[in-house]
Amino acid sequence: MLELALKGDKKYWGWIVALLGVIGVGFGVYLWQLSFGLGITGMSRDVSWGFYIANFTFLVGVAAGGVMVVLPYYLHNYKAFGKVTILGEFLAIGSVVMCILFILVDLGQPMRVFNVMLHPTPNSVLFWDTVVLSGYLLLNVVIGWNVLEAERNGTKYPKWAKPLIYISIPWAVSIHTVTAYLYCGLPGRGFWLTAILAPRFLASAFAAGPALLILLCMVIRKITKFDPGKEQIQALAKIVAYAICLNIFFFLCEVFVAFYSAIPEHTDHLKYLFVGLHGHGAYVPWMWASMILMVTGIVLLVNPITRKNEGVLAVACIVVFVGAWIDKGMGMISGGFVPNPMHQVHEYIPTVPEVAIAVGVYGIGALVITLLYKIAVSVKIEVAG
Amino acid sequence: MERSRREFLKIAGISAVGLGTAPAVKVFAAEVLGQPEMRLGKDALMAKHWGLVIDTRKLKTSEDIKPMVQACHKIHNVPELGNKNHEIKWIWEEAYHNAFPTMENKYLDERVENTPFPVLCNHCENPPCVRVCPTKATFKREDGIVEMDFHRCIGCRFCMAACPYGSRSFNFRDPRPFIAETNKKFPTRMKGVVEKCNFCEERLAVGQMPACVEASNGALIFGDLEDPHSKIREVLKENFTIRRKQTLGTGPSVYYIV
Repeated sequence: MLELALKGDKKYWGWIVALLGVIGVGFGVYLWQLSFGLGITGMSRDVSWGFYIANFTFLVGVAAGGVMVVLPYYLHNYKAFGKVTILGEFLAIGSVVMCILFILVDLGQPMRVFNVMLHPTPNSVLFWDTVVLSGYLLLNVVIGWNVLEAERNGTKYPKWAKPLIYISIPWAVSIHTVTAYLYCGLPGRGFWLTAILAPRFLASAFAAGPALLILLCMVIRKITKFDPGKEQIQALAKIVAYAICLNIFFFLCEVFVAFYSAIPEHTDHLKYLFVGLHGHGAYVPWMWASMILMVTGIVLLVNPITRKNEGVLAVACIVVFVGAWIDKGMGMISGGFVPNPMHQVHEYIPTVPEVAIAVGVYGIGALVITLLYKIAVSVKIEVAG
Repeated sequence: MERSRREFLKIAGISAVGLGTAPAVKVFAAEVLGQPEMRLGKDALMAKHWGLVIDTRKLKTSEDIKPMVQACHKIHNVPELGNKNHEIKWIWEEAYHNAFPTMENKYLDERVENTPFPVLCNHCENPPCVRVCPTKATFKREDGIVEMDFHRCIGCRFCMAACPYGSRSFNFRDPRPFIAETNKKFPTRMKGVVEKCNFCEERLAVGQMPACVEASNGALIFGDLEDPHSKIREVLKENFTIRRKQTLGTGPSVYYIV
């Protein structure tokens, strides 16, 4: 099936070349980082994780969100999703690839990454995160490829794929749970030290992932002869609607616990993010923008009149995706590090080279998703005759 | 020889149980079962649990802290980077309310208010940094010292997120050009790895006290916390002490007399 990715018109190749350009720039800057060290980023002794880990965390969510099409189709036999499951699985592949790359670019000594396998350490959550992420990547590659190939050949997918599909559903939940456990088990970080972190991560994942999928479906319908379907998009929109409501609800639970108990170690981080602390508040406008975006998303998605209008729906998906990205990507990581363990405020702002490397990683993700979607859509069109 | 053969058989046995196929299984078994062996020199100072008491009554101004910081940073090749973001420090000075943010007092006596508090790695009994390290690059020795293997560290900085005391530093760039005078007896670090105070394990190994203790003019008392007759235990018996963020359950081995 790989050959299908090589047959495209001028626009397709133009897009690929543009992505390669973005990747090239990112790679060039990464070579600089490799020789100088992580000092070219805005990270510091106090905020020792930044933009890379933030995007990693967010994309684990997007990857896990793919399960929202797999689950209704295979477990509840919701036939309509048969058309889009492959898109969900391939989106998960692209996202996990980006996650792995974001971890790699964040390492101080990337050539030593295999030490994680060479000296397996079951008490480290990072060890388990490596296990679940690579497992999820493998599951989606094997399942997605075999199911699509069977569809192309007009047969049913091999029997052994079925148990793998069932395993992939809780596995998707596991990748984001383990990723949340990276943060919520640390004794000195009040912002993350909350049992609701994993549920909250999952809620935003099941909003951001399907929101992106809806947008991708709309793009596919516009530029190819394959229509993922109105019903499918509407069903996904309902998933996004309830997931984003849950995300806000969980966040408000956090706010209540922090401010009603009024324990400084828990309130200080939220104060820093939303009103500023000791005169520092670089994230204040971002966090409020994120809240406004997500609430706007709720209004547009819960209301059936706006949800059923696909133009409005596209806007709703964009605001949910961007809102969740700011909330979980930017705020969640730097908010946890500020104030520092000595209760001093030392802010973190990503640098231009850091953002360029991140954009390069997104470029690789976009390239992977483009190639995989090209194959999937070509097969769908071929089968439809 | 005898010992290594026994080790081998033990590992081989475990591997056989695990079908002895995947090399990963063997490595895993060796890592879990093979206890690292500590060999000591003839002059080495030994303890069951090394600890430190800091008598802050003897510290009046920054001038009293400086010699400790300088002694430590000099022998451990800690660079002077000049950029606060990239700063590397093993032992440094904080105000009371920063060293003990959970025990902040609205009305503090003037002496404590003005006392500089030296802070460093607490060599916790239950260290979160060791718990999170994905490669065992940071580990706790039998004598309680929390150590770093600079050559195994992958620079993921999980330990920095886990440490509730901000005791760890990361080499954001090559530190070597910023070391005024290199001490050849201690390794310099490369970019991309984490480092911190090691309770001068390299000095203990040859019978010397930690550099900060020697430079402290008697303000720092170092010794075996598990030996009831040690000087450190006597000091602890006679004085009320506090430890940083005790409620977190990390069990710091550094005590402060206020």
